[in-house]
Amino acid sequence: MHTISHVFHQIYARFLPEPNMESLFWLSLTLAVFAVGVRLQIRLGRAPWANPVLFAIGFVALALVATETPYAKYFESVKIINFLLGPATVALAIPLADSIRLVTRSLPAMTLALLAGSVTSVVSGILIVMLLGGSHEVALSMAPKAVTTPIAIAITTQIGGIPALTAAFAILGGIIAAMIGEATLRRMGITDWRAHGLAAGIAGSGIAAAQVAQRDPVGAAFAALGIGLNGLVTALIVPLILYFIAG
Amino acid sequence: MPEAFLTLILFQLLGSALQMVLHLPVPGPVIGMFLLAAALLWKRKRTQPADRAVSSFDSPALSSLSRALIACLGLLFVPAGVGLVTQLPVLAANALPIAAALFGSTVLGLMVTAFVMHKATHDGPAPERIPDTGGQVL
Repeated sequence: MHTISHVFHQIYARFLPEPNMESLFWLSLTLAVFAVGVRLQIRLGRAPWANPVLFAIGFVALALVATETPYAKYFESVKIINFLLGPATVALAIPLADSIRLVTRSLPAMTLALLAGSVTSVVSGILIVMLLGGSHEVALSMAPKAVTTPIAIAITTQIGGIPALTAAFAILGGIIAAMIGEATLRRMGITDWRAHGLAAGIAGSGIAAAQVAQRDPVGAAFAALGIGLNGLVTALIVPLILYFIAG
Repeated sequence: MPEAFLTLILFQLLGSALQMVLHLPVPGPVIGMFLLAAALLWKRKRTQPADRAVSSFDSPALSSLSRALIACLGLLFVPAGVGLVTQLPVLAANALPIAAALFGSTVLGLMVTAFVMHKATHDGPAPERIPDTGGQVL
């Protein structure tokens, strides 16, 4: 195994001496693997469990190990993809504005669902970790994991969790929500895209929202609201809940 | 198209600036999203749909750019997601509680949110648009 990765590393070091080349290489690889992941998902009848984000993360991680590339170097190379998250988040304003009538009409229902969902996510995350004997830091890092990553990191820093761990939980939770969310809710007899979108935004933030946004514009609007409002609510309730749980 | 991209970037900048100045707990892009939605609604209230394409930032280009960005939203999470590999030792050390909590808490959060939303929504459901459109619904 070690010799194989050494050979890969040699090839990699020989052919990619320029920093620019390196960036181009990792950009191409990331785009290509994600594109393959999307095709695979379509080939599998658009199965949500065949999540292209998970596929791409797994493949790129293996490629990093194979070429002995540190993560920091990879991130530096594909920074531009990460940068586009900002404008893409702002772009969620368009489906939101387009379905504003539906949004204002279901405002009371949304407020209730938002509060119930936020509290459930935070409390169940902390309790399950503590019941199964996970460490204190893990429980604290789990608390804000349903929130969009930047907010989650801010909250976790404030309450004494580990930021990198919270970021990992936020992404894994989002992938889980994207993979099984729609099937679970349909089994409960819920077909309304407003409920699907809001639930995805609140329980799985960006990655789950991406899955819903592919399916329905109304879902995208409610997912966008879910992400934004859940961030706000969770930032306010996490310290409160910790006060009651931990005493 | 350049104007459309400029619109998104400017609203992100505005959101980030507000966040910095007012010390808001919400990230800049999310504030930018709410501001842009508000600006679009305000603009639409004042102009006829027919004039929309001509003058304002509320253009078809903005719609198609946002559609393109949202269609590949998942891709944008890959660089940060690969950062998982740096956390593997901690994840492995607490594998069972982490797996159970991630799975249980995420499913519970989904179910409770959707259930309350479902029960509290009294008008008929929004029309479903399930038919396959090649992942480009939006």
